[in-house]
Amino acid sequence: MTTTHLDRGPLTKQEMAALVARDIAPGSFVNLGIGQPTLVADHLAPGSGVVLHTENGMLGMGPAALGDDVDPDLTNAGKIPVTELLGASYFHHADSFAMMRGGHLDVCVLGAFQVSAGGDLANWHTGAPDAIPAVGGAMDLAIGAKQVLVMMTLFAKDGSPKLVPSCTYPLTGVGCVDRVYTDVAVFEVGAGPTVVTETFGTSFEELRERLDVPLVHKPS
Amino acid sequence: MTVVCASYDEAVADVADGSTVLVGGFGMAGMPVQLIDALIRQGATDLTVVSNNAGNGDTGLAALLAAKRVRKMICSFPRQSDSWVFDGLYRAGAIELEVVPQGTLAERMRAAGAGIGAFFCPTGAGTPLAAGKEARVIDGREHVLELPLKGDVALIGAHVADRMGNLVYRKTARNFGPVMATAATTSVVQVSRVVEVGELDPEVVVTPSIYVDRVVSAEVAA
Repeated sequence: MTTTHLDRGPLTKQEMAALVARDIAPGSFVNLGIGQPTLVADHLAPGSGVVLHTENGMLGMGPAALGDDVDPDLTNAGKIPVTELLGASYFHHADSFAMMRGGHLDVCVLGAFQVSAGGDLANWHTGAPDAIPAVGGAMDLAIGAKQVLVMMTLFAKDGSPKLVPSCTYPLTGVGCVDRVYTDVAVFEVGAGPTVVTETFGTSFEELRERLDVPLVHKPS
Repeated sequence: MTVVCASYDEAVADVADGSTVLVGGFGMAGMPVQLIDALIRQGATDLTVVSNNAGNGDTGLAALLAAKRVRKMICSFPRQSDSWVFDGLYRAGAIELEVVPQGTLAERMRAAGAGIGAFFCPTGAGTPLAAGKEARVIDGREHVLELPLKGDVALIGAHVADRMGNLVYRKTARNFGPVMATAATTSVVQVSRVVEVGELDPEVVVTPSIYVDRVVSAEVAA
């Protein structure tokens, strides 16, 4: 049965990040995508042993660097100055993406424009004719990690759902997403039925009315 | 045989018009800014540039683009908050763009340096970037055929070289440097200093000297 929280929600970005962090197993190797997913780092429990990967060539990435700690040779994938933790390692780009594509990363967390019920991801390009296409590491991340988690609001600014039967934006990866963390609910997507595991400030029934995707309760 | 050059200009003096130039760096980390400035002074044009980004601000790669020396950009992420030079050229139809997923970009250069004819890669399968590429299902998963990406010249920023051309890098400024050094006919490297042979621990050398043709030290060059 879906766990319903009517007393809280919609969740803030920080609350969504905390939810994602809760579900990352201790000791995991994790890549946090640019933007909202980077907030997840603030919510990992101290001593969890989670090791952060940044695709520009580092394991053991620490928090953003401030003041005298800023080093132009040490940045994250968003080109923000960061710090290194004890036990960190550096490697070149081909190795960094080999460890991603080779299925060695346990989890990656990405933002999205749209996710389909089948787990297709669209997060790199709006398809607008005047937009300059830029993919970065999004496609490699989408197909590489053992578990792909998406963090996004469930509805776009115009109210249209971002969890859809089939993506209308250009795809980043096919059938690659495992779980979607939104401000109002958490979903399991992929080959099976779309499972609502938790809701926040809304109910399973309300979601069923607002989404074009058939939903099922979490098996109890 | 690696040559230690006395100036950045000497190091890029023979870059020909129409060359494919691999330019290291991820944003500004590892960007060989002085070599790019020398290439602007040298005047080579009609270049194809392979780099992760398409320039930041007005210096380095952005300055080369602004000087209208680049016919085509091959990169993973051209659009950034400070990529106004590229944006302007692209919107004016003054530059070609090939967008390649970042890991595929690195692996295509690795393949070029490693003598691999092509490789099947799952990245991008079923997306617009796989359009027109040969696809094959391997072990139940769709892969697309990717071709090696070779450079005539690589311009790389590293940390320290010895006089034989062995290189070490610094933190995430390593990024594309080691793989680009293998993928170009001529690899040109700018470093903060050049040390005597024997001063680098062989166990920590990242790029072995065989891949390095020219080195310029910031301590002697101008």
